[in-house]
Amino acid sequence: MRLWLQSLWIEFKMVRDLKILLKERVKRIRKHVVWMISEAGSGHPGGSLSCIEVVSVLFFHKMRHNPKRPDWLERDRFVLSKGHAAPTLYATLAEAGYFPVGELRSLRKFGSILQGHPDRKRTPGVEVSTGSLGQGLSVANGMALAGKLDGKKYRVYVLLGDGECNEGQVWEAAMFSSHYKLDNLTAIVDRNGLQIDGPTEKVMSIEPIADKWRAFGWNVVEIDGHKLDEIVSALDSAEKCRQKPTVVIAHMTKGKGVSFMEWVADYHGKAPNKEELEKALCELENDN
Amino acid sequence: MTTELKSTRDAFGDTIVPLGNKHKNLVVLDADLAVSTKSICFAGRFPERFFDAGCAEQNLIGTAAGLALSGKIAVAATYAIFSCRAWEQVRNVVAHDNLDVKIVVSHAGLTNNSDGSSHQSIEDIALMRVVPNMYVVVPADYYEAKKAVEAAVETKGPFYIRLSRSKTPVVFDEKYEFKLGEVVKLRDGKDACIFACGTMVAEALDAAEKLSQEGVSVRVVNVHTIKPLDKRNVLKHARETKVVVTAEEHNVYCGLGSAIAEVLCESGIPLKMIGIRDRFGQSGSESELKKEYGLSSEKICEAVKEILKSRKK
Repeated sequence: MRLWLQSLWIEFKMVRDLKILLKERVKRIRKHVVWMISEAGSGHPGGSLSCIEVVSVLFFHKMRHNPKRPDWLERDRFVLSKGHAAPTLYATLAEAGYFPVGELRSLRKFGSILQGHPDRKRTPGVEVSTGSLGQGLSVANGMALAGKLDGKKYRVYVLLGDGECNEGQVWEAAMFSSHYKLDNLTAIVDRNGLQIDGPTEKVMSIEPIADKWRAFGWNVVEIDGHKLDEIVSALDSAEKCRQKPTVVIAHMTKGKGVSFMEWVADYHGKAPNKEELEKALCELENDN
Repeated sequence: MTTELKSTRDAFGDTIVPLGNKHKNLVVLDADLAVSTKSICFAGRFPERFFDAGCAEQNLIGTAAGLALSGKIAVAATYAIFSCRAWEQVRNVVAHDNLDVKIVVSHAGLTNNSDGSSHQSIEDIALMRVVPNMYVVVPADYYEAKKAVEAAVETKGPFYIRLSRSKTPVVFDEKYEFKLGEVVKLRDGKDACIFACGTMVAEALDAAEKLSQEGVSVRVVNVHTIKPLDKRNVLKHARETKVVVTAEEHNVYCGLGSAIAEVLCESGIPLKMIGIRDRFGQSGSESELKKEYGLSSEKICEAVKEILKSRKK
């Protein structure tokens, strides 16, 4: 009984410590992202800020990967299909140790390893070049299929935008993943409700989005995409689901963490100026 | 050249199975056209390494890219025109990341005759040629197609291999040594040079034979690799013969003729292009279409004579 209580206490402490660590990472990455985009003078803060918790849980908790060996064959794969959230990916990769954090200041600059959208040829840790929407799930299909063929244990994660789900290729790919029973594949949809031209339901209705995925043969989980334990348990349940790929519809806030960016479509693709940057960093610093 | 007729798509079907034996990491994908493209041969022999994407070309190419990123040599087969539907996927992922994806297409040109314009492809060389990193190969006959598919599988990087539905004259034989990126002189001549690719190579040889009977000595050069183009030898053959005619089953815009013209543009060597004159195709028999669109040895002969005449003036 005592032993059991002890192990329970250790587990609780581990979870608590992990959460604290993850929260710190998230906070740092959020600040990196706002600052990087402001420094670059262009970029996509809204959809970068929305998905930081999800990407952090993947890189700092869920995925098996090795920043010293980005091409390790057994690694879990992450495909950023919504390539415009590149700053989040870059800041996460830097925090994980794929390249120095100092490199982040070169975002979008000439000759930089950090292109406006993810570029496999230039950035260590980027699995595939993305940016043109709708293509990541297909690539993830291929990776998952290869994993099955080779009897490998790795999992493939792909992050899509909700506006991105307008693309026909997403649904071609969705059909394929379930047809080939790719249960080693997890898709996450950043359901932040806004795309460039406005609210998703005004621009091009995507609801009922969960039903759509379900109809395409997927296991569907809906979560609050900013709650770390909900993300962790959704990804855990995806791993347990057999014979079906899982999609996590993660409800997120576009521009999360910066009051004047939250729910503002305009910040999809607008960099904060110096004044806005200071305000944003101040808010993020004081956010606990 | 014999009178034997064989299609280049059959060459794909006949080669891909031994290649599958040799390369355990070779996978083949199709988009619901496996019977037509002949990828069915691979599917029958290696069902576990064959994936039908259904009629969904964008996902076909994207999935092939993902497989290539995971250590596979991924062959994606469909009709030429439908591969162009996934052009942006080819450009942004396959070519940009320089992946081992081999796009092998059949039914190129007008020779998917009865189906009509929607299923014909007269723009694909142009579209694939402008993408960095892509190899673009247009085999002249069955044997060259076999060698080209082998070379593509055994060479790193993205390929576009353009095959034909129709049975065309056999130019080479099993012993033919194919060298990727090198033009092949098929017939010597000193008065003019015809650069041809694909189904037009046999027409060019036919034209050269006809012209020789009129006392005109014509060289025929097979340009199987449109990209990267063998610029040095193109220039050499052109300089030695002094006039050039190109022949292709493709729009004259941005295909073989344009590629040759890009090499010769500063040389002052006159050039005439035989190809489709920026029009869409239509249904008809192969011979009717060839006549209507000027894809014949007669048209090549006329072009050679015209260009020689204008030069004498």
